[in-house]
Amino acid sequence: MLLGNKRLFSISEVRDDFPILSKTIRNGKRLIYLDNAATTQKPQCVIDSQRHFYESENANIHRGVHALSEIATEKYERSRELVRSFINARSRREVIFTRGATEGINLVAATFGRANVQENDEIVISHLEHHSNIVPWQLLCQEKSAKLRIIPMNENGELLLDEFTKMLTKRTKLVAVTYASNALGTVTPVKEIVQIAHAHGVPVLVDAAQAMLHFRVDVQALDIDFLVFSAHKMCGPTGVGVLYGRESILNTMPPYQSGGDMIRSVTFEKTLFNELPYKFEAGTPNIAGVIGLGVAIEYLTQFDWSTIAMYEKELLTYATEQVKAINGVRIIGTAAEKVGVLSFLIENIHPHDVGTILDEEGIAVRAGHHCAQPVMEHFGIPATTRASFAFYTTKEEIDYLVRGIHKVKEVFHV
Amino acid sequence: MSEIQTLYQDLILDHNKNPRNFRKIENADRFLEGYNPLCGDRYTVYVKLNGDIVDDISFVGSGCAISKASASVMTSMLKGKTIHEAQELFTIFHKLVTGEHISNQEREKLGKLEVFSGVSAFPTRVKCASLPWHTLKGIIEDKNTVVSTE
Ligand SMILES: Cc1ncc(COP(=O)(O)O)c(C=O)c1O
Repeated sequence: MLLGNKRLFSISEVRDDFPILSKTIRNGKRLIYLDNAATTQKPQCVIDSQRHFYESENANIHRGVHALSEIATEKYERSRELVRSFINARSRREVIFTRGATEGINLVAATFGRANVQENDEIVISHLEHHSNIVPWQLLCQEKSAKLRIIPMNENGELLLDEFTKMLTKRTKLVAVTYASNALGTVTPVKEIVQIAHAHGVPVLVDAAQAMLHFRVDVQALDIDFLVFSAHKMCGPTGVGVLYGRESILNTMPPYQSGGDMIRSVTFEKTLFNELPYKFEAGTPNIAGVIGLGVAIEYLTQFDWSTIAMYEKELLTYATEQVKAINGVRIIGTAAEKVGVLSFLIENIHPHDVGTILDEEGIAVRAGHHCAQPVMEHFGIPATTRASFAFYTTKEEIDYLVRGIHKVKEVFHV
Repeated sequence: MSEIQTLYQDLILDHNKNPRNFRKIENADRFLEGYNPLCGDRYTVYVKLNGDIVDDISFVGSGCAISKASASVMTSMLKGKTIHEAQELFTIFHKLVTGEHISNQEREKLGKLEVFSGVSAFPTRVKCASLPWHTLKGIIEDKNTVVSTE
C-alpha cells in the first residue's frame, strides 16, 4: 500500500520481501535471525539484481565501447547517484566505492593520514570503536610517532563530550568516531562532536556501519568530512561499501591503490591521476555489488522512515524490558540513545554457551567481544551475548529470544 | 537426550561450577597460557613433574563451560600419569571431540573424558574443549609463548 509516494510499512509484508526469514534451520526450527549487526538479510530485489546483472548486463565498466559495457557503466554510476542522494552529498565526486567500512577507514588512514599526521600529532577516537576504527589509526600513529587519544565513556556506554572537548589541541589532526556502537548500540552525538572538532579546525571521520540500517544520515546537515559504511549491513551485498569525503579534502589527498581506472594517462615516466572519485577506485570494482547497494537503497527509501524508526524504538524497548526482567540477566549498554542492539550477560553462564544453546533453538545471536575488546574491558567482561534487530524483526521473535534465555538457564540448572 | 543435553552433561556442569585443581602451583616446573581469540577463553596450566610423571597439575583462568570443564577433568585425570600417557590421552580425546572413530581399546582409556562425546556435534565448540589440552601440549613440547587455538 502506498501513502503519498511512500510504501506503507507493514511488518508482515516486509518480512515477505526477505526469503530467508521464512526458512527453517537446525532440523526444522524456525530461523530467528537476531544477528543483524553482523550482517543484515537481503530482500528479494537485491538478490534478483545480482542474478540479473550476471545474466543480462555483465561487462566491465568505463572501458568498453560496446553496448553491454555502456549498460553496466550506466547502472554502476546510477548507484553512485543513489548513494549521493541517500546521504545528501553535494556531488557524486564525493562518493567512492570501497570493499566496505574497513577499507574506507584504511583508505583515509593511508592517504589523508599519511599526508597530514606528523610526529607528536594526535588522532582522537572513542572508547566505543570497532577494531576497524582503532587498528588503522594505531598503525598510523606507530609509523608517524603520533599519539592516539581516546574519548572516554560512562557506565551506560555514552561518550563524555566534556572530556572530548578538553582533548582537542593544535596537534589534533583527525577525529574518528562511530555513529552507532556495534557492541552496545549506543548512538553517539555526532552533530556535537563535529561542531566541537570543527571549532578547533579538526576534520571528522564518522563510522556509520551500524547507523545506515537504522536512521538516515545527512552529511551536509551534520557537516561530516568523511563517512564510511558497508552495504551488507543495510540489506545490500557483501564486499562493497562507501567512503564519502568532502571534495575539498579529497582533492588534496594522494591516491590509495594504483592501477587501472584511477589514472588519466600513463607513460613510463609519469602518471596523471584520474579525477574524483575514480582516483580512489583502482582496478575493476565489485560492479554487481555496487549495483546491489543501489537496489538496497531504493528498497530502504521506499518507506517513510519515521514510521520505521518508531517501530524499531518500540521493539528495542520491548526487548530491553523483557530480557531485563529475567532473573540473573544484566544488560550491557544502557545509553539513552540506542539502535537495536541488546548486549547481555546471564549470571555465571558464559556467552559462548548461551550462543550455542540459543542456536540449537534456531536463534542466531553473536557471542564474543564483537571486535570491540576495549568496550569489553571497560565493563570488565570478556564477552557478551548480543541480539541485534532490524526493521523486519518482530516482537514474536523477541519472545522466542526470551524463551531461549530461559532454556539456557534450564540447561545450566540455574 | 537432545544434542544440547549431551553437550552439557551434569558432570560438565559440575566441573564448570566447581572446577577441580583450580589454583596456581607456586613451585611449578612449567606453566603456559592458552588463549582462544575467537571467544576470549584464557587459561594458564601449571605442571609439576617428577621425572616424567605428572606430580601435580592445575589451572586458572576463565572461559565457557566446555573449556573450563575440560581443563578441570583434564587436570584431575592426569595426576600421576606419565607425559607419554598424557599425550596418548590427548590424541584419543581429540578424536572424540572431532567425531573420529575410536577403537574399544582407546575408549577404555578415556574414562571420565567420555562426557565430552557431545562436543563433536558442535564443530564451533571443538576449540573450547581442546584449548586446555593444546596448552598442556605446548608445555610438554616446552613452548614458552602463549598457545593460541587460531
Ligand atoms: C561499527 C562498525 N564499524 C566497522 C565495521 C566493519 O565493517 P566491515 O567488516 O563491513 O568492513 C563494523 C562491522 O562489524 C562495525 O560494526
